[in-house]
Amino acid sequence: MAERGDLMTRLDEAGQALVDREVDRRGFLKCASWVGAGTIWTVSGGLVAACGTALSGQGAGSATSTPSGLYFVQISDSHIGFQGTANPDVLGSFSKAIADVNALPQRPAFVIHTGDLTHTSTAEQFNTVKDLLGTLKTPKVVVVPGEHDTVMGPKPYLDVFGAGSQGDGWSSFDMGGIHFLLLNNVVDVVNLGHLGTAQLEFIEKDVANLRSDTPIVVFAHIPMWTIYEKWGWGTDDAAQALSYLKRFASVTVLNGHIHQVMSKVEGNITFSTVSTTAYPLPAPGTAPAPAPVTLPAGKLADILGIREVRYRGAGRGFRLTDDHVS
Amino acid sequence: MVLAHLRLPALVAGTLAATATLAACGTSASTASSPAGSAAGASSSTSTMTMPVPASTASAPSAPVATDHVSIAAFAFGPTTITVKPGTTVTWTQQDEDQHTVTANDGSFTSSPLVTGTTYTHTFTAPGTYAYHCSIHPFMHGTVVVTNG
Repeated sequence: MAERGDLMTRLDEAGQALVDREVDRRGFLKCASWVGAGTIWTVSGGLVAACGTALSGQGAGSATSTPSGLYFVQISDSHIGFQGTANPDVLGSFSKAIADVNALPQRPAFVIHTGDLTHTSTAEQFNTVKDLLGTLKTPKVVVVPGEHDTVMGPKPYLDVFGAGSQGDGWSSFDMGGIHFLLLNNVVDVVNLGHLGTAQLEFIEKDVANLRSDTPIVVFAHIPMWTIYEKWGWGTDDAAQALSYLKRFASVTVLNGHIHQVMSKVEGNITFSTVSTTAYPLPAPGTAPAPAPVTLPAGKLADILGIREVRYRGAGRGFRLTDDHVS
Repeated sequence: MVLAHLRLPALVAGTLAATATLAACGTSASTASSPAGSAAGASSSTSTMTMPVPASTASAPSAPVATDHVSIAAFAFGPTTITVKPGTTVTWTQQDEDQHTVTANDGSFTSSPLVTGTTYTHTFTAPGTYAYHCSIHPFMHGTVVVTNG
């Protein structure tokens, strides 16, 4: 009970806690829920997962219970090409994640992969990822690069995934009344993420003519809020980029990179990182370096995840639902 | 018990933050394996396969060490800062399970991804301070200080 009490105390301190309740999911997961800036998270068994909330009044697996509103899926950090004890079969776990997406009750409008598609940016790794992403049952797949995708520069990534993007791989699109920004914040990274002048100018111009009530969703690999600077878990020029988004009522920034679910609400902006399909990294500051963690046998699947995202309508924000890879 | 697996770390910047539970945190063990390939270097750089060698003597991150050998182990360059004379060829030996690069921050030299047991060399001709990092793991940093001779 101590851990639960500690959790709720912290949530209360943050002024965000609304409700927690026990919800059995797949017979073994329990949940707590809270909201912030119009976003609902549901937390379960170490991953944020689908469960009922006081606000929605829906039960487990509620993704299909709200048919209206744009619905998409986020996956991240597949690290195809990684070889190590933390996950000897990243190809297999990525394939399982894709199978899980394809088995969702509702077909997503699109799937976003938020980077580190590959581990060391080889053409073979990129082509493998492209082929697997091509098996997703969705009309649209979009990606942003991670630092593992630009190990020797952006060209190998752009050769495979650069179509329709600008500069080193940034772009935007509109769907369902929502404006989406696809950013590359691994430009010349030497520690923290970095967007660079050209991309910042793109962002400023890209949103200049949008109405302030347009929901904005930003995709980038490295978190755009500083989680742990020593490990490079932040973006050094994110503040400049976010300053262009201050006038919008709802901004949601979805990242990968840290291989764990972590969220923050700041004013009109909701930040959240998603889990990985490859291997865990330590919690911030709990290890000498953010090196891959080898879990006890049979435990890896507990931390691998995919995320469902549903727009709940004007003034209601998004619902993020993180599920284990089966 | 409800939320028996859930742990909430220190709140970041005084705002709401939650993270997934990691059942076991810590670095993965670095295990030696047979070299699987070599990497091509720049014009003045080469990469070769060698057997792993013991890590260099540990030193404080900011304390320069006069040596021409740097180990890459446990996701760190060691010694972090070295001093050499002009014309010195520095050798980096990769001992980690995961791959790493040796990449100058200014782009003046870089290795390809190095697998376990491989080395990378670069010859420094001009005095100056050369900061470098691993482009696969950008939190890994090192510095080569080339003295005036």
